[in-house]
Amino acid sequence: MEEKMMKLVNHARKHIFLQISMIGLLLLAGIAGAATPPNVLVVGQIAEPKSLDPHAVTAVNDFRILMNIYDGLVQYKSGTLQVQPALAESWEISDDGLVYTFALRSGVKFHDGSDFNAEAVKFNFDRMLDESHPYHNTGPFPLSFFFSAIKEVKAVDTLTVQFTLDAPFAPFLSNLAYPTGLIVSPDAVMKHGNDFGRNPVGSGPFKFAKWESNSHVIVERNEGYWGGAPALEAVVFRPITDANTRVAEMLSGGIDMMVEVPPDNLQEMAKDPSFQIHEQAGPHLWFLILNAKEGPFKDKRVRQAINYAINKEAIVDNILQGTAIVAAGPTPPAFAWAYNNDLTPYSYDPEKAKALIKEAGFENAELTFYVTEGGSGMLDPVAMGTSIQADLAKVGLKVKIETYEWNTFLGKVNPGLEGKADMAEMAWMTNDPDTLPFLALRTAAWPDKGGFNSGYYSNPEVDDLLEKARTSTDQAERAELYKKMQTIVYDDAPWAFIANWKQNAVTSSNVKNFKLEPSFLLLLKGVSK
Amino acid sequence: MKWRYIGKRLVAAVPVIFGLTVIVFFIMALIPGDPATAILGSYATPENVATLNTQLGLDKPLWQQYFTWLMNLLQGDFGRSYSLNRPVIDEVIERFSATLVLAGTALVICSIMGLLAGIFSAVYQYGAVDKGLTLIVLIGISTPSFWLGLLLILLFGVELRWLPVSGMYEIYGGGGLSDLLRHLILPAATLALVATGVIARLTRGSMLEVLRQDYIRTARAKGVSERSVILKHAFKAALVSVIPVIGIQAGFVLGGAVYVETVFQWPGIGRMLVTAIATRDILLVQGGVLVVAASYVLFNLIADVLQNLIDPRIAS
Repeated sequence: MEEKMMKLVNHARKHIFLQISMIGLLLLAGIAGAATPPNVLVVGQIAEPKSLDPHAVTAVNDFRILMNIYDGLVQYKSGTLQVQPALAESWEISDDGLVYTFALRSGVKFHDGSDFNAEAVKFNFDRMLDESHPYHNTGPFPLSFFFSAIKEVKAVDTLTVQFTLDAPFAPFLSNLAYPTGLIVSPDAVMKHGNDFGRNPVGSGPFKFAKWESNSHVIVERNEGYWGGAPALEAVVFRPITDANTRVAEMLSGGIDMMVEVPPDNLQEMAKDPSFQIHEQAGPHLWFLILNAKEGPFKDKRVRQAINYAINKEAIVDNILQGTAIVAAGPTPPAFAWAYNNDLTPYSYDPEKAKALIKEAGFENAELTFYVTEGGSGMLDPVAMGTSIQADLAKVGLKVKIETYEWNTFLGKVNPGLEGKADMAEMAWMTNDPDTLPFLALRTAAWPDKGGFNSGYYSNPEVDDLLEKARTSTDQAERAELYKKMQTIVYDDAPWAFIANWKQNAVTSSNVKNFKLEPSFLLLLKGVSK
Repeated sequence: MKWRYIGKRLVAAVPVIFGLTVIVFFIMALIPGDPATAILGSYATPENVATLNTQLGLDKPLWQQYFTWLMNLLQGDFGRSYSLNRPVIDEVIERFSATLVLAGTALVICSIMGLLAGIFSAVYQYGAVDKGLTLIVLIGISTPSFWLGLLLILLFGVELRWLPVSGMYEIYGGGGLSDLLRHLILPAATLALVATGVIARLTRGSMLEVLRQDYIRTARAKGVSERSVILKHAFKAALVSVIPVIGIQAGFVLGGAVYVETVFQWPGIGRMLVTAIATRDILLVQGGVLVVAASYVLFNLIADVLQNLIDPRIAS
């Protein structure tokens, strides 16, 4: 019996060894390579792109690819959020701020060989805005409201295009520099129709080569680029949705660059000489919307007390591990020209907070706090929410947290907090100092009027300043108006101002000339490897 | 007789699958948030949401949306995914084939390993081999697959650099069978682990029961070789109760693929469904669920038929 057992075991063993050695051989056959090809940059993205039609998408993730395939009429000057010429060489604005006339760059061709001209520009904006346009059905175009001020686009001659607006709209130029303003090839839209988003044609430094679903998008060098051909032969964008896997790919050499690195890993990678860390503060604000219509936050003193009670340094240093800075007001410092340098963040002062709450008569008040599990620009919302809850407990406020998944959360917060909650987390990334306050702080932006002022803040002076700033075409004058607005909003405290996020990226040490932009867009034209 | 049985089972599956699509459709509709909010993100003003929903055809009553979907489906049209801007059927077929490759491999691995481990454990009951295997099996059952996946990635992908960290093929110069196998080893092994444990436990129990039967003693008494006793007499009988469990495990392997696909960035249908739910892409969810449910029904049917073939009692 014992002997037979041994035989059986030996027999099985032989087979197992055979199997193991076969697997081993297979492994050995494949061990070569893992490194990325020379002169080709492999970028780890956070998600699969939805479409490569710049007018049809809304996600920063998709913009990172698009900015390298297409050009806009204007672009952000490197390192700033101010516009400079791109496909338009110059422009003139009429005195009433209603007519913008652009002189276009000559000799520019789209990647399909067709000409870039005034008619092409007109086609782009008409497709987005005119419901009777034959190619309007290639949408929907969710961000077309960026250009809703446009009344008419006219091709004056081949290289002159004229935009007429309904009313003066100062952010117009910076909206043109946003990815929604990138110019696509009309011929390609006509040829591919609904499938244009999978067959993109622009005039940018790289041309689209291949999109393998859920695996990668490849773009190749445009030799005839008007601004000079890029150094890289090609760029591969790989969607790697899991942050841990993205880090593992970076560590194993499977990608050359990754964005949105988790704070923990950033600390580790900073110690490793084979990686370079890039950080750049951007136009981002993480804040709490306070319900000023009812309950304790109707009283300005309680709203200010919240700003004093929250230990923002601790959140930024411990939870976000230095990947953000403490916010001072409603406008992020990245909008350097419009930022009010005189503002200093509310200090961490629980005693002062307690005194203010006592003065207002809301000691031991109970508050409902909407927290999200995660979402665009929300950083680490659960940990941050919990930390805020603890801070408020220290000043005698009892906070009840309700946590929701991002889309559900937006569905609850955007229609307004009335009758539901006292405060809610929120974050915005914008391209112009106008956008956030205009959409979320004016009286005319209360949710029932179609805006994002979910906390019902209302101050006629702020309304007035924002209207004025939007219609002025003089940047110095706009800057003054925004600075004044910030001072008032800081004092009124309709929000608790928490953090401005620093975008980050890690590249392997052989990647040269890479720089993050304050616009949060990824520009790879000058990069080499 | 057999064909009639299979036919009957297939017909019975139709209402099950359609019932499921109704449930999924209405659950998706009940979850707060809508596709327009998902697409617009921070820019989702009530006004923008309403406009976009109209453009997407989501402003119609629910029953009407479902009915439109069903009618189109009967004509072979699964609709167009608005989060991916491409036909649902293209995406589902592409992603489901990737999942089949992964889940199929995992199922083969867990069946072979599970059966072997079970037999060895039973034959050496309470011996060192049994105890060792039981321990490994227990660890296997209790290890969360996404965590194990990460550990394997760290060891074989990052430290040793023997195997690729993620994906299905190399971007440059990939695409062959050996490339696929290299990418398959880690996710398939991760996915197979839990199911291996379950099958091993069950095989062990089943074998122990059979080994105590009179006919085994008879076989041994008449001098049949031990190998033959175990593999022919005992194992075949034990297999009858193990096969339906393998069928059920097929379902678990498909379900577990969601985590494993996410960790290893395998372009499979599990990952697709998770993303589709997050973006409220109802047509894509419907298409995906339909295919997964159909395959689950099919796996169980295959298991039943196999059991039928092996066990003469059921066959008669």
